[in-house]
Amino acid sequence: MLIAIITLLTIAVIFGLILGFAAIRFKVDSDPVVDKIDALLPQTQCGQCTYPGCRPYAEAIANGEAEINQCPPGGDPTIVALADLLGRDILPLNPENGEVKEEKTVVIIDEEICIGCTLCIQACPVDAILGAAKQMHTVIIENCTGCDLCIPPCPVDCIYIVPEKTSANNWQWPNPDEEIRTTIAGHSS
Amino acid sequence: MTTASPKIFNFHGGLYLDEHKSVSTSRRIETAPIPAMLVLPLSQHIGAAAKPCVAVGDTVLKGQLIAKADGRVSSQVHASSSGKVVAIEQRAVPHPSQLKAECIIIETDGRDIAIEQAQTGLANYHSLSTNELRQRIHDAGIVGLGGAGFPSHVKLKPNGHQVETLILNAAECEPYISCDDMLMREQAPAIINGLRIMQHALHAKNCMIGIEDNKVEAFIALQEALGQSDDIEIVRVPTRYPAGGERQLIYSLTGKQAPSQGRPLEIGIVCHNVGTAAAVHNAVTKAEPLISRVVTLTGSGIPQPRNMRVLIGTPIDDLLAHCHANKADIGRTMIGGPMMGFAIDATASPVTKTTNCILVTHQRDIQKPATALPCIRCGECADVCPMNLLPQQLYWYAHSQEFDHIQDYNLFDCIECGCCDVVCPSRIPLAQYFRFAKTAIWQQERDTEKSNKARQRHELRLERLEREKIEKRERHNRKKAALKKEPDQKEDPKKAAILAAMKRVQEKKSTTGITPGNTDNLSAEQQHKIDEANARRANLNKNNNKNGP
Repeated sequence: MLIAIITLLTIAVIFGLILGFAAIRFKVDSDPVVDKIDALLPQTQCGQCTYPGCRPYAEAIANGEAEINQCPPGGDPTIVALADLLGRDILPLNPENGEVKEEKTVVIIDEEICIGCTLCIQACPVDAILGAAKQMHTVIIENCTGCDLCIPPCPVDCIYIVPEKTSANNWQWPNPDEEIRTTIAGHSS
Repeated sequence: MTTASPKIFNFHGGLYLDEHKSVSTSRRIETAPIPAMLVLPLSQHIGAAAKPCVAVGDTVLKGQLIAKADGRVSSQVHASSSGKVVAIEQRAVPHPSQLKAECIIIETDGRDIAIEQAQTGLANYHSLSTNELRQRIHDAGIVGLGGAGFPSHVKLKPNGHQVETLILNAAECEPYISCDDMLMREQAPAIINGLRIMQHALHAKNCMIGIEDNKVEAFIALQEALGQSDDIEIVRVPTRYPAGGERQLIYSLTGKQAPSQGRPLEIGIVCHNVGTAAAVHNAVTKAEPLISRVVTLTGSGIPQPRNMRVLIGTPIDDLLAHCHANKADIGRTMIGGPMMGFAIDATASPVTKTTNCILVTHQRDIQKPATALPCIRCGECADVCPMNLLPQQLYWYAHSQEFDHIQDYNLFDCIECGCCDVVCPSRIPLAQYFRFAKTAIWQQERDTEKSNKARQRHELRLERLEREKIEKRERHNRKKAALKKEPDQKEDPKKAAILAAMKRVQEKKSTTGITPGNTDNLSAEQQHKIDEANARRANLNKNNNKNGP
C-alpha cells in the first residue's frame, strides 16, 4: 500500500517536472490563432474594421469580440479564408464597415499645393509618406497600402486617390470566364 | 558530320499541324528600308529595363549605345540607324497587355552612318577569354532571338555547372514562321561559327543542332557549312509541334528531361536559337551590335509573304505598307505564330529583338471564336500535352480559381503551346485559362509580399511611436527635475550673465534717456515703412502659429 502511494507520487513528481520544464522551454509567446488570422488580413491598417490596425482586429476575432466580415479591403476572399480557418459561417461584408473598392488604389500628394504640415505623415500607418515640417511631402508609392487615412487630416486637400498603375510587370491575363460572360451578356442584350 | 541515324527520343503528345511555311520561303531575305522613325523600347528582353544614356536632342549614330543594361539580367539597346533622339516617352509596344512602355524615339537622317566601335572584330575568337567573350555578347545587346528574349550573356555562363551539350534550336516548329529557316539557308556559315563561339564560351563538350526534318534546304546549307568537321552533330527531328520547345528538343536529342521549374543547365544542357548564334557571330567577329533581325511577314493579309531583315525599332505599320498590305482588309495582326503568338491592336508598335513573325490575317479569314462548352473529360488534352500534364484538371482549378490545388498539378510546367486548345472538342480556351492562372498566382504572391511589408512597416511604426513616447516622457521628467533643482542653483553662470546684461541695459536706458524704437523725428515715409515692417512681422507670427505642429 505504502509502496504503491510512494511509487505513484514519485511518478507524479517526475511528470510534473517534465511538464513544468516543457511549459517554460517551449513557451509560445503569442497566440498562434491570432498570427494565423493576421496572416490572412490584407495589412492595409486602415481601421475600417473599427480596430486600430489589422492585428488588433485579428485579436478581436480570436477573442470572439468581432465578426469576420468587417474588413472591406480584404472583401469576400478574406471572409472566405477566415471562415475556412475558424470554422465559422461565411457572412456577407458588413456595409457599416465600408464597401469593397472596385480597383486597388494608392494616394499621391499634389506637391505644388502641399504646405508641409506633417499631419498626413502622422496619420499614415505604414510610414509611407516622406517629408518634414514646412517641407514638401511625398508618398512612397511602393509602400502605400491605399488605406486613405491620410486624406481627412490634410488641411489643403492636396492628397488624391489614384488607381494603382498597371505595367508589364504587374499586368494580368484576363480571366476567360469573364470574357465568356461578357460575350454572352453582349449576345443577349 | 552527321551520323547516319542518330537515336531520336519521342516526346509525349504534340500535334501535326498545317505548316503554312512555304508561302514565305520562296523569296530571299529582303532588307527592309530605313524607317523615318525608330521606336526602341527599353525593355525588349526578360529582366530589368535598360537605362537611357542619351538625352532628347542628341545626335546618335548607327550602332551607338543608347540605353545601358541595368543589372545582371538586362540588356543593352543600340541605335539601329543614325539620326536624332526626338523623344523618350511611353509608346505602344508589342505586348499582349497592349500597354505602353518607355521607348527612345529616333528620327533617322537616312545617311545610316555607323559609329566606330571601341572593339574591333576578331576572326580568331580563341584569343579571347570566356569572360571577354561574354562581355562582348553583353555589350552587343544580344538576347534570345527565338522569342523569349532572355539575355544571352547570362545563358552563356555555366555558373559552376559542367556543360555537357550545347544545343542549337533550329526546329522552328510553329506554323507560318520561317525566319530561322531562311537565315540558315542564307547564313549557315555565320550560324555555325556563332555556335562554335558559344561552345567556346560555355566550354561545352558536345554540340548539336536540332532541326525539323521539313527544312531540307536549311539542313543541306548547314551540312555544307560544316564541311568535313565533325565537332557539331546535326540531328533531324520529326516535324511535330512543339518539337522546338526547349524541353521537347532537349528530350528528343538527349533523352534527358530538364527538372520541373528548373533550368536545363542543371542537367548540363544549354539551348540557344539559330538567330542568336548568327548575332553572336556578328558581335564577335565583326563587332556589330544587335540592331536588326529577320522577321517573317506572312498570313492571308500580306499579298506576298516574305522574310525581311528589319532594323530593330521599325514600326510594324511601315513594314505592312512596304508589303502593300491593305490596312482596311486586315482583320488581325499577331506577333509570333498562330499557336503561341498574341494579337496586338496598335500596329504602330515597333519590331523588337524578340519579334520573329508578324502574322496578318485578312478579315475574311477571321473566324468568330467558338463558344466554349462544358468539359466532358474526354482526356484528349492530356494525350497531346507535350509536358505530360493534365490540362482538364488544371482547367478545373483555374476555372474555380483554386490556385493552391492548381500548383499541385504543376501549372508552372505548362509551356502554353496551345496543343490542348486545338484538340478540345468543347473548344475551351485552355491555354488562356493557364495564362490567366499563372499571372493571377504571381499577383497573389506580390500581394502577400506587399502585405508582409506593410505589416512589418506598421509594427516598426508602432515601435517608433512607443520609443518616442518614452523618450518624451524622460525628457519631460529630466526637465521637471532640473526645474525643481533650480532654486538651489543660484550660481548658474548663464543666468547670471543674462541678468547682468539686462541690468546694464536698464542702467544705460535710465542714464541716457534713449527709448528703444528710435521713433522720434520721423518723416512720413519712414513711419510708413515702419508700419509695413510691423504688419509683416504680425503676419509672419500668425502664419507660424497656424503651421506649427
